[in-house]
Amino acid sequence: MVSLVLLALFLVFWEMASQPPEATAAQTEYEMLMGGADQEARVPPPTAVGSLALKELGNPFYDAGPNDKGIGIQLAYSLYRVLTGFFLAAIIAIPLGFMVGMSPLMQKALDPFIQILKPISPLAWMPLALFIIKDSEASAIFVIFICSIWPMLINTAFGVANVRQDWVNVARTHELGNFKTAALVILPAAAPTIITGMRISIGIAWLVIVAAEMLVGGTGIGYYVWNEWNNLDLSSVIFSIIMIGIVGMLLDMTLAWTSRLVAYEE
Amino acid sequence: MSKHFVEIQYLAKRFPDADGGELTVFENANFGIDKGEFVCIIGHSGCGKSTIMNILAGLDEATEGVVLMNDKEVVGPSLDRGVVFQNYSLLPWLTTLKNITFGVQARWPDWSKEQVIEHSMKFIDLVGLKGTEQRKPSQLSGGMRQRVSIARAFATQPELLLLDEPFGALDALTRGMIQEELIKIWNETQQTVFMITHDVDEAILLADRILLMTNGPHARIAESVKVSIPRPRKRTDIIHHDAYYLIRNHLVDFLVNRSRELAGEVVADPELPVDSSHPVEVDPSLVNPEVKNKELLNDVA
Repeated sequence: MVSLVLLALFLVFWEMASQPPEATAAQTEYEMLMGGADQEARVPPPTAVGSLALKELGNPFYDAGPNDKGIGIQLAYSLYRVLTGFFLAAIIAIPLGFMVGMSPLMQKALDPFIQILKPISPLAWMPLALFIIKDSEASAIFVIFICSIWPMLINTAFGVANVRQDWVNVARTHELGNFKTAALVILPAAAPTIITGMRISIGIAWLVIVAAEMLVGGTGIGYYVWNEWNNLDLSSVIFSIIMIGIVGMLLDMTLAWTSRLVAYEE
Repeated sequence: MSKHFVEIQYLAKRFPDADGGELTVFENANFGIDKGEFVCIIGHSGCGKSTIMNILAGLDEATEGVVLMNDKEVVGPSLDRGVVFQNYSLLPWLTTLKNITFGVQARWPDWSKEQVIEHSMKFIDLVGLKGTEQRKPSQLSGGMRQRVSIARAFATQPELLLLDEPFGALDALTRGMIQEELIKIWNETQQTVFMITHDVDEAILLADRILLMTNGPHARIAESVKVSIPRPRKRTDIIHHDAYYLIRNHLVDFLVNRSRELAGEVVADPELPVDSSHPVEVDPSLVNPEVKNKELLNDVA
């Protein structure tokens, strides 16, 4: 409720701040042609953004050539890249995390690599990825992959290594093999930690995709933002910023919902 | 010496200590458990009771000595030895029923789903938890959780059941109730049970024989006390039995005084009738009460 009031206040303030000044004197033909007495470009008011949003959302999947695609298509491209990179990372990171978490030797052996690779900005990989992969689409997915892998790997390893010894002992006294122990005891015990890692990863991936697409261009929400900036269409820029926020929130909510499924109380 | 179902021979656990030497937790642990017997072990903290139990369970390894069960050496954990841990060790993401079918399925992988559930329900019923089978452990009280844990262990029908202070975390009332349930299940299943406890009364109520450990380090099993109170025993009745206080005094005296006096390395004493590396067999109920009391007075003096 308070959120709605704050939003309304913000919108009203924004609307008033972005009104062009009233013409004080009679305008010349030239001035009227150039958009009134206003000498500087202004951030478009929320009403302008709103009407654009209605128009765009009314037909989100139109495709009128490479530089004019609907917001839905752009978001779908971005989501496709994020999800592909994210799931590829999950396929590698979760089993690897199990290995690191279950074996102190692997933990020590891999730790220096993880520590060095983790702080590298994913975009720093972009030139190398473009050179090796020679495909901008796959490079963008690779960048998502490389930024998603670390939180999942670290959280999985941490979760697996910290499973209560009692539960592992239960598995041992029931003569469960390594694989069954991992599947029946360690996976459910570590699942909440693993999902938290996935949640961090998808958040980072969604942040990175916008920047990555600004670099590789062509399609995607990041490219769309940059393209509209080049078109000086600020209403579209603001509209896409909001859409980025909404999709990011939905991604996070999906994982939050998943984490409730695997949560347990001790 | 007669052959026992479980034979523990010259068991010892030593750790390297900080000065490069060795710390001996316990040594020369020699005892046997017969089939269908209920044996309790009592001793102060740090004497290595839990380590002995973990070695029996196969979760820990002895530095010296062997454990034989059915003439076979115990190596690693096995479903033949069920364990009830002190902190219940239920899997919190599984319901009561699933926690038990977890064990039953591991024990009999070929059983059909219906068979597994039917068998598990029988044991849920046995511990009086009918109606809670769909609840998670976090929705159960401590006593109920421990019952689930006991049901899980009994349901796998191990040849030897190991209980590590199963009632340690429970309040007195709940403990009494579950103790009686444990006797009931034990009577019905004729399990061989080895149990750690701190509670003298609990040991007398449950056990056929009570092993007494001296204080650590260099702890050893000094005595094997026979509990000659006839079964079935009831908590409220056994305290009126003649032997009860004789046994109880003997145990308390051991824990308060003699566990400390007897502590330390085994010294070969030619005057002792038996090798002190083996526990002395004692039946306090056979001792004349007056003599016993005099001994007690002498000990205190």
